[in-house]
Amino acid sequence: MSYRTTENLAALTKVQDRILRLFAGTGYERVAPEIIQPADVFLSQSGEAMRQRTYVFTDHLGLELCLRPDVTIPACRIYLKRNPQANQLARYCYTGPAFRFQSEDAGPGQPREFEQAGIELLLHDDNEAAEAEVLGLGISAIETAGIRDFTIKFGDLSLFASLIDGFDMPERWRDKLKHQFWRHDALDDLLNRLSGTKKITTGLYDETLINQLRSRDETNAIGIVDAYLAHKNIPIVGRRSVGDITRRLLNHVADLDAKPLDQNIVSTIKAYLAINDSPHQALEKIRTVATAANVDLSIALGAFERRLDLFEHRKINLDKAVFSAEFGRNLEYYTGFVFQLEMPGEGIAGHLAGGGRYDDLLSGLGALRSVPAVGCAIHLDRLLNCTSGLEVS
Amino acid sequence: MSDKIIIALPSKGRLMEQASNLFDEAGMAIERSGNARGYFGRLSGYDNVEIRFLSASEIAHNLNSAEVHLGITGEDLLRETIHNFDSSINIEKRLGFGPADVVVAVPDSWLDVATMADLEEAAQDFLRIHTRRLRVATKYINLTRQFFATKGVTGYQTVESSGATEGAPAAGTAEIIVDITSTGSTLSANNLKILDDGIILKSEAVLATPKSPGLTTEQLQVLRRIVDLL
Repeated sequence: MSYRTTENLAALTKVQDRILRLFAGTGYERVAPEIIQPADVFLSQSGEAMRQRTYVFTDHLGLELCLRPDVTIPACRIYLKRNPQANQLARYCYTGPAFRFQSEDAGPGQPREFEQAGIELLLHDDNEAAEAEVLGLGISAIETAGIRDFTIKFGDLSLFASLIDGFDMPERWRDKLKHQFWRHDALDDLLNRLSGTKKITTGLYDETLINQLRSRDETNAIGIVDAYLAHKNIPIVGRRSVGDITRRLLNHVADLDAKPLDQNIVSTIKAYLAINDSPHQALEKIRTVATAANVDLSIALGAFERRLDLFEHRKINLDKAVFSAEFGRNLEYYTGFVFQLEMPGEGIAGHLAGGGRYDDLLSGLGALRSVPAVGCAIHLDRLLNCTSGLEVS
Repeated sequence: MSDKIIIALPSKGRLMEQASNLFDEAGMAIERSGNARGYFGRLSGYDNVEIRFLSASEIAHNLNSAEVHLGITGEDLLRETIHNFDSSINIEKRLGFGPADVVVAVPDSWLDVATMADLEEAAQDFLRIHTRRLRVATKYINLTRQFFATKGVTGYQTVESSGATEGAPAAGTAEIIVDITSTGSTLSANNLKILDDGIILKSEAVLATPKSPGLTTEQLQVLRRIVDLL
């Protein structure tokens, strides 16, 4: 879409008004985040998939800026500006443009400039209640535009984290596994390396040095690495210190000597990630997988169950809902429950709305305390494409 | 439609010499118009062909926009410049000269980093400790992003470099580089090493045409004949 037709503009304004009225009516304050944003914030918080599609530019003062590819981060920056202590409950809503690079052959559901509406619920102290509130409002918002036959897709990153925490393995392996959740190939590769199915390449490692570092403490090891670099005449370039390098070498030694990751753990992780079912059936399957692996998931599954109860209490119809264990949306700031509202059979053009929990984002943006947060964004241009021809009621 | 078939050749250096040798060996003489430093030329015997001498990266851009119908340039530049490479460019021939690997190189002092997976872990540690991302100096921003994404490496940011990329780590403007190398000697002189699985592309000079050149059937036949002779 290169420009808006008069009809499209009229329809957009109408839908924006209705959605904003809905949000305002439930206590959400309208905010107007800036379109031009500092680039580094997005690049460091959103992850690579979003970074490749962000329009970045340098202004006349040499500042690296971007056109916001999403409105969640700009809204959170407003929260921190108004409330530097990050200690107040906030309900924000907004509507406005966002920008993402699209290749020339991208379909009509992927304009590079699109209108987004959304809400952010910050510092609510009841996680599942906040999630039910945000999902419920997201659904009401697309229904108010006349959409009916959509499906709901869920995921839960904290379930994956709890599963990994329940296994016996070094803490650093847990961090690696959680970090690669979004990248299936890299996760597979990591599982293969940790379980010894794929040997760790040693081409560039110096075996003699590795052997010298065995069972040394950190201070001692730093001395050995320092002497090694001096002896070989290797200067330190770049900002990683000898300490940074040594700590990873010690981890490498520990990895070489550690008991490989149990094959049963690998297959349990894979069995978990393959779960794709109605929420209640998924709950049972996860319980079965966890019990078989002797992992206690009772807290995470308790939250899962309570969340479903709260959804039903809000009359959210779960008949066409699916829980997909590997679903994490493509934004790396999500930390827990995630969802997407989709028109079946439409591909990406049918991904009308999505959101979830992002508890680490505000501390990443500089908040001095952790701020539990849930949000939802609606792609209004896709919404309009799906409603054209519908009588907007 | 273009009146003439436009052939673009590198305007300087070894690549220019080797490209004109290729035409000589195929029995096609290139006449440079004006003086020897002119930027236009003719292919004797082919009145409807115009030769343009351009920089290797301009050739890549002009093949993409189909302002050039046949060009000799490095595969690295084509893949870097052209977003939908496979759907817009044909590689007619790999020419066997101008060999260069596009590689990921890190400081020799990084004794703990041998693979791209190590690099990602080091990058995550760096982010935690220094609250910033490792910087990658390169002129191959697109190739870097695609390759790092396939390897699951995310903890970096790119820094555009227009020359002497290999000096960036020592100069303190980046920690890592993605650059071309033919023998690796410049890299080791700068205390850098190539990662075990850090070869992004084994590039060489190629003869390339746009998939939609916008030429008439007759012109396409002439173009085909020239490609076959080369």
